[in-house]
Amino acid sequence: MPALRGVGIGQGVATGPVRRMAEALPAPENTPSSAGADAERARVAEAISFVAADLTRRAEAVDGTAREVLEAQAMIADDPTLADEVEERVAAGATAEWAVHDAFAGFRASLEAVGGYLGERAADLDDIAQRVLARLRGVAAPGVPDPGHPFVLVARDLAPADTALLDLDQVLALITTDGGPTSHTAILAREKGIVAVVGAVDAVSLADDETVIVDAAAGTVVTDPNADELARAAERAAERKAADAAPASPGALADGTPIALLANLGKPGDAADAAARGAEGVGLFRTEFLFLSATHAPTVSVQREAYRELLAAFPGRKVVVRVLDAGADKPLPFLNDAHEENPALGLRGLRALRASEDILREQLTALAEADAETEADLWVMAPMVATVEETAYFTALARAYGLRTAGIMVEVPSSALLADRLLAHADFASIGTNDLTQYTMAADRLLGSVASFQDPWHPAVLRLVAEVGRAGAALGKPVGVCGEAAADPLLAVVLVGLGVGSLSMAPSALADVRRALAERTLDDARRVAAAALAADDATSARTAAQATG
Amino acid sequence: MTALSRTVRIGSSHGLHARPAKIFAQAAKETGIPVTIAKDAGKAVNAASILGVIALGLEQGDYATLSAEGEGAEAALDRLAELLVTDHDEGAA
Repeated sequence: MPALRGVGIGQGVATGPVRRMAEALPAPENTPSSAGADAERARVAEAISFVAADLTRRAEAVDGTAREVLEAQAMIADDPTLADEVEERVAAGATAEWAVHDAFAGFRASLEAVGGYLGERAADLDDIAQRVLARLRGVAAPGVPDPGHPFVLVARDLAPADTALLDLDQVLALITTDGGPTSHTAILAREKGIVAVVGAVDAVSLADDETVIVDAAAGTVVTDPNADELARAAERAAERKAADAAPASPGALADGTPIALLANLGKPGDAADAAARGAEGVGLFRTEFLFLSATHAPTVSVQREAYRELLAAFPGRKVVVRVLDAGADKPLPFLNDAHEENPALGLRGLRALRASEDILREQLTALAEADAETEADLWVMAPMVATVEETAYFTALARAYGLRTAGIMVEVPSSALLADRLLAHADFASIGTNDLTQYTMAADRLLGSVASFQDPWHPAVLRLVAEVGRAGAALGKPVGVCGEAAADPLLAVVLVGLGVGSLSMAPSALADVRRALAERTLDDARRVAAAALAADDATSARTAAQATG
Repeated sequence: MTALSRTVRIGSSHGLHARPAKIFAQAAKETGIPVTIAKDAGKAVNAASILGVIALGLEQGDYATLSAEGEGAEAALDRLAELLVTDHDEGAA
């Protein structure tokens, strides 16, 4: 019956038993053993054989690379060199905890000294060390729990490494106590269509195995639900499932005004799923996945193949590709390795590309070559554009490579305010609401303590969107939104009311947004937008929009 | 009986990180005889120890020297050298 409040991601609802994610264990202290070397030796042996057996069991449950990685982890736990190192310390009077911790620290240091890819993998050792320590202390191993049945995962927040390991068949819903709507957890939930409520501070009180209803549409977690509530939740979940299975039509308002519904994609392989969910094209293709290697940029031919695969999936459709967006929360050492006090305000996006122009030129070359071989309608855009001069620079360069449609992302308030001048050069504008909100509200989008500022419903953000919408209408240039805001059905209506003509989002959000648009005319959307714009803050903007319908 | 040794260059694109190191250390264990591996002229470690192998920090193109003695040493070194020059990262993401 009682409900905890948070920010819902998407419109779904799910019911299930809670499993908490255990926190990382603090490092042990180096106090001499009081139990004696023999006792410590026996404890280490038991803990290590338990962890090795547990990892082997997990390895047997999966296939492919995941299996090999887990097998390697098991082998590391059971390693003879590790045993020697631990024995040396135990014999010298250390506790089992310290011996394990210190032995792993030694291996970690030698890997870090190597640097590069191997250096980055040093963190893999931490997971094993933590598992052994957890066993020694008799507590749950840190990381994503694996109870052997589907569960609702409760965590402070999920790191990218955790999200990569999530078994989506087992996770019914996500609840986080920290992190806002742009946290990694929220982005993962949106991408995969997982029911999630983030920033639910009071969820710290949830205990393992208690049943909760996670209602993303309401932004609540219902604890101790009664039979009625459970039945309603099950009914809603079934309805959504049926609606998702229905064939998708192109996005349009109730009066027939077309609003293109596009997909945000991170790799070419995701194109088929997006098309199956009714995406009319791609509104944001992030090219960062090609640049994951820390040491060098991919060659033109590697890039061309990836772009060709993407474009081939959307013949005759619009595909908007964003050139490399590095810096701030996603630094690339070969592009920007200087330490910055404020990376979000530093050499990132187009600024970083201009500083390494050969990388930009290679990317444009590969895009033009892929475009020539495929039938899609390729648009290219630059991230983090702040000035008219940058707009002129990028669009001229893109056209020089034969790319017909060149535009900009509007993520910086200066670009929104001068949208009419920027759009004199650019063929289109795509508003990135996550960064636009971060820069408008001066609130780091990755910082939980200021997550409450990071709300795209804020009227200041909406006013900037309206500015871009007006400029687009005046100049006859398309304006789209490709931030997380487009995936919020009611906010999508507001954006359309502000003059936005296309919405790009995680494919899993398309069905809900399509439904919300189909229920309203353009006049309705403008009325909802006006109500939100007139509010004092994000919460009242949302409430006003809901009241207007 | 003299110790045999063989020097080869590492083939894996990302060096001997956990997965290729596992394949190698497992094979070394399965030879049933003690085999050591060293990077350049550095300290030799137990080739059957995945941690020892990982901690060498062998990257693609680095030289590694395998040593073993006794019955079957020749065949064991042949097989292990073959694993070291293979690129185990090829085709992996």
